[in-house]
Amino acid sequence: MTEENREIPGTILFDGPMSTKGYPLNKMCYSFNSVEGREAFKADEDAYCDKFGLTPEQKEAVRERDVLGLLRAGGSIYYLAKFAGLLGLNVQDVGALQTGMTVDDFKAYLDSQGRGKSNG
Amino acid sequence: MARIIGGITTSHIPAIGIAMDRGLENTPYWKDFFAGYPPVRKWLHEQQPDIAIVFYNDHGLEMFLDKKPTFAIGCAPEYHNADEGWGIATIPPVTGETELSWHIANELIEHDFDPTICQDIKVDHGLTVPLSLMWPGHNYGHVKVIPVCINCERHPMPKPSRCYAFGQAIGRAVESFPGDQKVVVFGTGGLSHQLDGERAGFLNADFDIECMDKLITDPEALTRYSNNDLIEIAGAQGVELNMWLGMRGCLLGEVEELHRNYVAPISNTGAGLQLIANH
Repeated sequence: MTEENREIPGTILFDGPMSTKGYPLNKMCYSFNSVEGREAFKADEDAYCDKFGLTPEQKEAVRERDVLGLLRAGGSIYYLAKFAGLLGLNVQDVGALQTGMTVDDFKAYLDSQGRGKSNG
Repeated sequence: MARIIGGITTSHIPAIGIAMDRGLENTPYWKDFFAGYPPVRKWLHEQQPDIAIVFYNDHGLEMFLDKKPTFAIGCAPEYHNADEGWGIATIPPVTGETELSWHIANELIEHDFDPTICQDIKVDHGLTVPLSLMWPGHNYGHVKVIPVCINCERHPMPKPSRCYAFGQAIGRAVESFPGDQKVVVFGTGGLSHQLDGERAGFLNADFDIECMDKLITDPEALTRYSNNDLIEIAGAQGVELNMWLGMRGCLLGEVEELHRNYVAPISNTGAGLQLIANH
């Protein structure tokens, strides 16, 4: 197996083909750096998605706040983080959404690999 | 000749900046993390470096996917931070540097590294959180910063071995610069974490400690990992170790670890801190 197509469980590598696929979605999320972009999205989500040319799959994942769906549709976590921020979610909330855990369980999982572990 | 006096590795998690803005340093969640920093601040105060070379990655503030450098170096007199979209407060302008940075750019290209050279870039939390940690209260204006940006967001990314060699080339460039400047080098980001996918939340504290040990005693062992190895062992964003390797490459003398701290989790991440003298 080459480095390029190595499978890592539970992980979607954000590589060239994914970046091609996700370009409109990531470009929209990049626009959320500005307050104007965030406000325009909130005012009319569908129209804003169309402005950037999102595919039906990407629009559906945006509408459903489906983080794993957004990743599969070519979203980069660094740009999806800006979308999450617009929604008022932090990276623990996003982790919980992706793993199907509650936010408290997700935080406990993080802790179990670090401070929780060393504290016995 | 300009002289690299040491290196500092530090996390650059946005939540750290937010915690500092809200004055949460002494709360139970944060106190062990922030307790690591006073010895580093003291060392910086004693040493008074003139210039800080900061290895960081841009998380989508300046370098979008449309034009994304693999390696980039700033040669600007000033850098600005800006809104990143999710609520971290922006910090005042960062002082840049235009003489050593152009010399580094020339030397890099002479020695077969070809970075993108930037005269006007916004810098994101990857660079600003470390400055806020080292010089709280935004008291970093006296230090001239040379940003060095490594692509850690989209594959293909530069290999760990290449990032280390890139750092070595920068280290040699500094040493050949006629001047008496004292230079400190920051390796920011990391350590283990994964933000995306069903495996989100994975981190590997044992590996992080091993990285911190090897960074001192045997950095070349770390350069034998591929980026995919790092993703498997340390999570999808574990590739940020590459910034630490770039920093370590710059330290061409005898190194001595003066201080370290490690706390996991901070946000979703294993947060490491090391202060390394370069004799």
